[in-house]
Amino acid sequence: MNPVPDIYRILPEVILALTGVAVMLLDASLPPAWPRRPLGWVAAIGTTVALWASLWQLSLPEGSAFFSTVETSAFTVFFHVLICGIVLVALLLSLDTLPEHTHHQGEFYALVVFGAVGMCLLTSAVELLLVFIALEISSISTYVLAGWRKQTGRGPEAAIKYFLLGSFATAFLLYGIALIFGATGTTQIYQIALLAPTAQNQSLVLAALALMLVGILFKVSAAPFHVWTPDVYEGAPSPVVALLSTAPKAAAFALLLRVVYEMFPNLRSLWAPLLWIVAVLSMTVGNLAALRQQNVKRMLAYSAIAHAGYLLAAFAGIGSIGIAAAAFYTAAYAAMNVGIFAVVTLVAGYDEQLSLIDDYRGLIYRSPILGSLLIFFLISLIGIPFTGGFFAKFYSFTAAVGGGAIWLAIIGLLNSGLAAAYYLRLALVAAQRPVGDQRIPQAPKPAVGAAVIAALFLAVAATLVLGIIPGATLGAAQSAAHTLQAPPAPAATAVTDPAPPAH
Amino acid sequence: MMTAPMTSIGQSILTLILLVPLAGAILVALVPDRFKLPNWIALLTTLATFVLTLHLPAHFISGQSGFQFEQNLPWIESPAIFYHVGVDGLSLWLVVLVGLLAPVGVIASWNAIQTRSKIFYSLFLIQQTAMFGVFVSLDLLLYYGFWELSLVPMAILIAMYGRKDGPRAALKFFLFTFIPSAPLLVAILWLYARTGTFNFTDLQYQTASGVLPAGALFWVALAFLFAFAVKVPVFPLHGWLADTYNEAPVALAMVVAGKLGLYSMLRFHVGLFSVQARAIAPLLIALAVIGILYGACLALVQRDFWRLMAFAALSHLSLIVLAIYGLTFLGWAGGVYQILSHGVVDGALFLLLGALELRYATSLIGSYGGLAAKLPRAASYFVIASLAMIGLPMLSGFIGEFLILSSTFAGVSRPWAVAATLGVILGAAYMLWLVQRLFYGPESALAVSKPSADLRFGELAVLTPLVVLMLVMGLAPSLWLNSIRAGVHPPPPPSPAAHASVILSDRSAAKGVEGSAGVFRIAGPTQPSPEAAR
Repeated sequence: MNPVPDIYRILPEVILALTGVAVMLLDASLPPAWPRRPLGWVAAIGTTVALWASLWQLSLPEGSAFFSTVETSAFTVFFHVLICGIVLVALLLSLDTLPEHTHHQGEFYALVVFGAVGMCLLTSAVELLLVFIALEISSISTYVLAGWRKQTGRGPEAAIKYFLLGSFATAFLLYGIALIFGATGTTQIYQIALLAPTAQNQSLVLAALALMLVGILFKVSAAPFHVWTPDVYEGAPSPVVALLSTAPKAAAFALLLRVVYEMFPNLRSLWAPLLWIVAVLSMTVGNLAALRQQNVKRMLAYSAIAHAGYLLAAFAGIGSIGIAAAAFYTAAYAAMNVGIFAVVTLVAGYDEQLSLIDDYRGLIYRSPILGSLLIFFLISLIGIPFTGGFFAKFYSFTAAVGGGAIWLAIIGLLNSGLAAAYYLRLALVAAQRPVGDQRIPQAPKPAVGAAVIAALFLAVAATLVLGIIPGATLGAAQSAAHTLQAPPAPAATAVTDPAPPAH
Repeated sequence: MMTAPMTSIGQSILTLILLVPLAGAILVALVPDRFKLPNWIALLTTLATFVLTLHLPAHFISGQSGFQFEQNLPWIESPAIFYHVGVDGLSLWLVVLVGLLAPVGVIASWNAIQTRSKIFYSLFLIQQTAMFGVFVSLDLLLYYGFWELSLVPMAILIAMYGRKDGPRAALKFFLFTFIPSAPLLVAILWLYARTGTFNFTDLQYQTASGVLPAGALFWVALAFLFAFAVKVPVFPLHGWLADTYNEAPVALAMVVAGKLGLYSMLRFHVGLFSVQARAIAPLLIALAVIGILYGACLALVQRDFWRLMAFAALSHLSLIVLAIYGLTFLGWAGGVYQILSHGVVDGALFLLLGALELRYATSLIGSYGGLAAKLPRAASYFVIASLAMIGLPMLSGFIGEFLILSSTFAGVSRPWAVAATLGVILGAAYMLWLVQRLFYGPESALAVSKPSADLRFGELAVLTPLVVLMLVMGLAPSLWLNSIRAGVHPPPPPSPAAHASVILSDRSAAKGVEGSAGVFRIAGPTQPSPEAAR
């Protein structure tokens, strides 16, 4: 049997990195007067190629490379395709909505692609140091992107907040890595899974788990580590938020799945209740806070926190059912959230003159297509059947019920009812007929080009496909779950298996 | 399940009925908004759908138990969700009713909806698909999907075309139905976790067989009942009704009222949880009678005719709830018949009131008066529809009301029947008073100031068939009742092993109204009811 060349295992990352470098070099070598917009197309094409490369990796036999630091499996391919898809939609969205005169436009595209390298690597790394490096690659580019609107006060504020709190959280993760190295003498995830149950100092292992959870839960903006989210979403440009609220979260959830299901399956009795609490907190805090928001982006930020909670409910599921539900939720959430931020970008414009819920009054009369799309994505976020949001919640809560957490499912569903109130408030305001004496919001006509149409089409199609024929995606999520459940190390196969290793 | 030889059209007719409005909705969304194109496409789509629904009674084998026109395809493997649709005598005519009311709704909106008619007709057609879906789904999760979907177009359209404060009414309508559906979903999931199926027939067998824990089943049945009771609505849960009637576009108010909730009660609460339904029936009977009287009393004092219609609807729908929880086959048949009659009569009344509001731009009853001289045709149609609603013999309302009240009198209890009859008398009072205030008496200032034409050709073209239908339904009820009876009271299945069945006591049987003790296919073989054992 021919061994698979190591480079094949990181092919999508290599393609993305080369694309980013090419964009930067082109940006530097083109005459300053030339438009930088074509660089966005270069980045989009590179991302598409990386997406195909990820799919091609399915034909490789499952395995790891580079001294067991990265692996390819159905799990990594699932998240690679998801992240590349999100990045592609975000790039297409930025192509048409970034104003012509934006400074350093070329670097913007390069940073998006470099961020994608980090996120992809994060999902395929099986060595904690590489995990850390990947996390930093993705974080640093998102920190920069969050502060892109330097001329407003909120942009830099968002970037600095995100950077400071993010660095703090990453430090927790790093500390956790250090402790687990102290306990087991290795940073390779399969080795840790093998050695952790018999480590001499169990309190060290527990502390490592807790610290790593803090670091990761910050990245997915779960309560009580969520305070950065509304400020960052409000300050960052909307196309960046479309990326920020989905792709890094998907990568972080992939890491969380790896940590709890693959690295510490034996500590389920410890992390499952913790995640139960975090899930309930996230959905309740997120929804209650969202009810009071007047600013659309802040409202969607709190709704993102609530969705992190629904997603964490899937972690109450046993084994591969929970993993598959979480993976499916990530995909559905990404599709609808990218879509709604795309609509928000188009409605509000890059400089966001229309940021309040009241500014959306009569949107469906002003701009029927945008209004209908807004309502469509909101309906998916509510979780109405035949949209992706329904099956996402459905699988998540089914997994929770299957894992014995019936109350979690009931709290989650009641929270969905609560969430419907604020999503619907926006949808109904957008549908309302403007009455004579009310102020009619004046907005610049959104620039709708081919790229934006393609982005919206992808988001709508993904949301509908996940809602009407979820079978294929669910199948992919299930095979991803099985590869995560059956790692090479024999001792870490079954979650409920209490048998100690042989030595 | 497939007990009859089916032609290929017979197998896919329900799918066609579901898909045609959806295709129409997409088409409406694509065509330019010119020359009333969306209106025409919507009208043609709804007419085509109506013709398709007529295929069902034409080829329905009455007197045969089980579902017909079934189609059962795997949709999602895990969890095992099937695209499983079919109709029986219970749902057959409800599907036709929705099909009939759809073109009526389009005509009613023809002039009323002037702006963004593309969105209006698209959502209206999606609403059709959702309603058909609720009536034909035999897979619990598919049913739940359509049940939730039916909320969305309604809420958006109320917000878009509300008369005064659309968004608030829409939010109320949506949340009132959406929040109770959360426990409903949990209950469905619990059933699936215990039985491994969403299939209605399998679940019927499982719930009746007694393998499921009775304590949990009580809560599951309650979750089902709660979701349906809000949707009907049953007395203390009617908070959304008046605002929705007041704000909703005429076309939607007439299609949405009552039918979904009542059908769901009969099929999925009484049908799935017969033991639990029997336990909770006294409460529902009491609430229904309170609802009949309360709705009628409030209807008497309303000054706005939409609100009057809302409380009249509460009263009439409560009568059907009474029929359902009387748990007699005769009552059930009467209840289903009354749903049909109420749909037709309410549709005609809504159309007429909508026409009045379009002409005079107000819904305050006090502004009207003496219109009969100016709008003689509208007045006579309104009087006929009102009489049908009151339950005058020879008109459709009479049959249902008579069956319900007589079965309640014979099979449930006399005091409740008397109280319910009192509500029916009050119903005559508010309807006739409404007719008098709108059409007779001295001409009001409004009627003098706005000279308006009588009903147009388009309005007559839909009202006349509806009025004829009221007459036919009043004169020849057996055209409908035979297949309805087969739905609620099927003949014994050919092989007793395939369909576990038990003899339920049919207390009306003793009075000789219905015939011998009925065999009802929902209860298990091991649980004869206490009355039968006596």
